This record gives sequence, structure tokens and C-alpha cells, in this order.
Amino acid sequence: MITIADNTCDFCGACVSVCPPDCIEIREADIEIDEETCIDCNLCVYVCPLEVLSSDDSPTD
Amino acid sequence: MIPQQTDIVVVGGGPAGSTFALHAAQSGLDVIILEKDRDIGVPVRCGEAVSDAGLRIFHEPDSRWIRSTIDRMRMIAPDETIIEFPLKEIGYILDRRIFDLDLARFAAEAGARVFTKTYVHGLLFRDDFVTGVRGLYLNEPFEVQAKLVIGADGVESRVGRWAGIRTQLKLKDIESGLQKTVSGIDVSSNIFDFYLSTHWAPGGYLWVFPKGKHMANIGLAINGTEAKKGRSARSFLEAFIADKYPQGSVLSTVAGGVPVARTVVPMVTDGLMLVGDAAHTVNPLTGGGIISGMRSGLLAAETASKILIANENPTRDRLNSYSKAWASVGGKNHERLYRLKESIYRFKDDELNAIAHRLSAVPESDLSLFKIFSTALRAKPSLLIDVARLFTGI
Ligand SMILES: Cc1cc2nc3c(=O)[nH]c(=O)nc-3n(C[C@H](O)[C@H](O)[C@H](O)COP(=O)(O)OP(=O)(O)OC[C@H]3O[C@@H](n4cnc5c(N)ncnc54)[C@H](O)[C@@H]3O)c2cc1C
Ligand code: SF4
Ligand code: SF4
Repeated sequence: MITIADNTCDFCGACVSVCPPDCIEIREADIEIDEETCIDCNLCVYVCPLEVLSSDDSPTD
Repeated sequence: MIPQQTDIVVVGGGPAGSTFALHAAQSGLDVIILEKDRDIGVPVRCGEAVSDAGLRIFHEPDSRWIRSTIDRMRMIAPDETIIEFPLKEIGYILDRRIFDLDLARFAAEAGARVFTKTYVHGLLFRDDFVTGVRGLYLNEPFEVQAKLVIGADGVESRVGRWAGIRTQLKLKDIESGLQKTVSGIDVSSNIFDFYLSTHWAPGGYLWVFPKGKHMANIGLAINGTEAKKGRSARSFLEAFIADKYPQGSVLSTVAGGVPVARTVVPMVTDGLMLVGDAAHTVNPLTGGGIISGMRSGLLAAETASKILIANENPTRDRLNSYSKAWASVGGKNHERLYRLKESIYRFKDDELNAIAHRLSAVPESDLSLFKIFSTALRAKPSLLIDVARLFTGI
């Protein structure tokens, strides 16, 4: 599962652009990840420029 | 209110969407632009650098858009060796808040209608043919039927995905970028600075683009494969600013992804076209996407207008003349730049230093990007194989 850190997201969409199942939704100032369809690939975690996203499985957590 | 029906819906009010809308509206079509943000032009997720020649394809440069005029460039190697040379063509650092707003204004003055705070979250279909979009306008649901939909939704490129086009980026084809606009510093207002080093920006580069003498866009982009190793763009940029500009004040911070990828294939499907970042038209070597996005918007508008004015159905086959026009204008070059990116981003710091040392012996009047490139070839002969591949198409 991906955790979104509060008040750090810039809504830039970099994570959306790599997400294979297209389960991230970004509005003007709102980000949501659909846990049902997320495949835990962590690509979004890697590309986020601001370290907003983290994976519960990640050893660095 | 958003009309229930129109000729063309453009999703996204960036340079690519507005350029499309301007030209389609000028040919007499009903066009609406739907933009999710509150303001066109804000936030500015961009270094704001363009070439004079590129800008002039579309518009006479307006002094209100220009924050700095650039006629020199500096490349800074990992060991801080500086290679400085004059540019053959001048460039600008824009104020994209004003520039993007003007592009949308031009489209509106040609008859397009612009709606902000309008979030598109899905497409309408009839028998797999795209027939419109649905979304939220000021949080109220709406649907609009259209003969043609334009995905100009930037790096997210979801509109294309909803229509079955594979637009998601591989890690090696995205740069994770971050930029701060820093004031209270001293910079040369006519020089682009590029730091090439794995120390500051692995698999990418760091830029200092001046906005006058005391302010600059300082940003960097690191390749997705490097970001996977655990250090974020943020940590690199914070380290750089603390080291080089500790006295500066940060007036703005923006994150962003840059697609450094091959152009999306196909760029169209039945009832839908992709333009700009959504179609991965960004120059994959430099990450510049303003002009190439506008170019794709213009080409797409030419094709769309011809088809819709003739009252023909915008099928994938018909729309495909846009993909062909893109391939003939920029496509081949794009492919070459993509392959060059794959080689150059693999340079190690000691190789970059060796190149810089050789170049520092070259008189400034002889320096050019070509010279730098040929010196790079000598320093890393294996690049020659990549370049040979590049030009022979193997
Ligand atoms: C850090 C960074 C630095 C850069 N520096 C430069 C540079 O110096 N020079 C250069 O030429 N290029 C640069 N680029 C690239 C350049 O910013 C882009 O290529 C350019 O903005 C692309 O224009 P566009 O119109 O395709 O997309 P965008 O400008 O991204 O516009 C897309 C629009 O679509 C809207 N949108 C997205 N989804 C929806 C939706 N579902 N509903 C409604 N609206 C939606 C977005 O809000 C956005 O306004 C940089 C990029 C980054 C990230
Ligand atoms: S990449 Fe990071 S900053 Fe950008 S939208 Fe995703 S979570 Fe937010
Ligand atoms: S972990 Fe993978 S599937 Fe889940 S939100 Fe991130 S990119 Fe999408």
C-alpha cells in the first residue's frame, strides 16, 4: 500500500505518468490512490520529486 | 455553463492545448478548452527557456513574456571546470504565467471558450469512437459531446489511456524534476548555466536560468532509474542550493515530470488526438517541451480543421495525417535525440571531466555544441558506436 504524506504533494502528476494501472487521480489540489487497483509496483514512489509517497513494504520506511 | 455540444473539446490549457485551440478556432470551428486548475499559466512547472527561433515560428516575441535574453552558455563539469561559449541563436527565459495566459487569450480572441476549474475524468464513447468528455465543473458533474477530443493534458496523459493508447512512461523515459525560483542572489542575466554531473543530477542535468541579475530558476531533473536508487530530486536540489546559493530566498518551488521518451504511437485514435507532453513531444535530450508542444498543437489543428470543415468523420485513419506531419517535421530528429539521450546520460563524472579539460584548451571563438559533441566522442569512443547507430538507424 502506498502512503501519501500530508501537505507535501505539489500535484505535479509525475507519479500518474508512470502508474501502470492508472490508479492515481490528481485534481487541482487533491491526490487519491485507488488501493483496490494499485499493484504495489512502487514506480510512483521512485519518481516523486518531493518524497511524498512511500510504500509500506519498503525497507527504508 | 459548459455547452452540451461542440466541435472540439481540448483537455488541458497549456501551450499545446492553447495553440491547438487558436488554430482550430481560426478555421471556424467551435472549440472549448477545459483546464482543471484555477488559473491558466499557474503553477509554472518549467525552467521557462525557449529559443528565439522556436518562439518566432508562432509569435513575434512580446517583451512582457521575456525575463532574460540569453546569448551565452556555460557547462560546468563535475570538477567545476567551466566551458563557456556564445550561442549561435539567442534564447529567452520567459515568464510563463504571462506567456501561457496570452496563448489562451489568443485562442479565446479567435473564438475558443476557456473553462478553468474544470476537471475531466473520463471520455464518452459510441462503439469505441470517442464522442466527448465528462467531468466536474466547479465540482458539478457535466458531459459534453464533441466531434473530436484533444488530449493536451500534459505529462499525466490520462486522456489517451482512457481511449486505449499506451501513454504510461517507463522509468528510464521520465525525468523527476524540481525547481526553485531563488531571489537575492547574483547571476549573469545573459547566461544559461548547465551542471552536468552525477553529483548534482544523475541521468539528467541541473540548470540555473537567470531571471534578471538577482533571481534565477534553479532546477534539476534526474532520470527515473536514478531516482529508484533512493535519492530524490528534492535532496539533490536542496544540497546544491545550500552549497552554491545559501543566501538566496526561495520564492517558489515546483515539482514536475518530464517525458524523455519516444513520441506516443499512435498519436490518434477514432475521435481523439494527443498533443504536447501528453503525446511525449518533449525533446528527449534537453527536456524542452514548450515549442515542440506548440508545434504538435499547430499540426494537429491543421489536420483536424481539414477533416471537420469537410464534414468528414475524424476516424483514426484520417487523423493519422497529423502523426505523419509530426514525423516529417520533428519525428526523425526526435528519434535521434532519444538515442543520443540514452548514450549521454550514461557518461561518468571522470569522463565528463576529461571532456571539459580538452574543451578548456579550445579558444572560445571555436566552441560550439558541435565541438563539444565531437570532443565527447573522442573522450568516449564507445559513444561513436552509439552515434553511428543513431545516424544509420541500427
Ligand atoms: C521542472 C521542469 C522544467 C522544464 N523546463 C523547460 C524549459 O526550460 N523549456 C521548455 O521548453 N520546456 C521545459 N519543460 C517542459 C515543459 O514545461 C512542458 O513540455 C510543457 O509545459 C508542455 O506543454 P503542454 O501544453 O503539453 O502541457 P502542460 O503545460 O503540462 O499543460 C497541461 C495542462 O493540462 C491540465 N490538465 C491535466 N489533466 C487534466 C484533466 N484531467 N482535466 C483538465 N485539465 C487537465 C493541467 O492542469 C495543465 O494545465 C520543463 C518541465 C519541467 C517539469
Ligand atoms: S509525483 Fe509526488 S508531488 Fe507529484 S503529484 Fe505525485 S505525489 Fe504529488
Ligand atoms: S504503486 Fe504502482 S500501481 Fe500503485 S499507485 Fe504507485 S505506480 Fe500506481
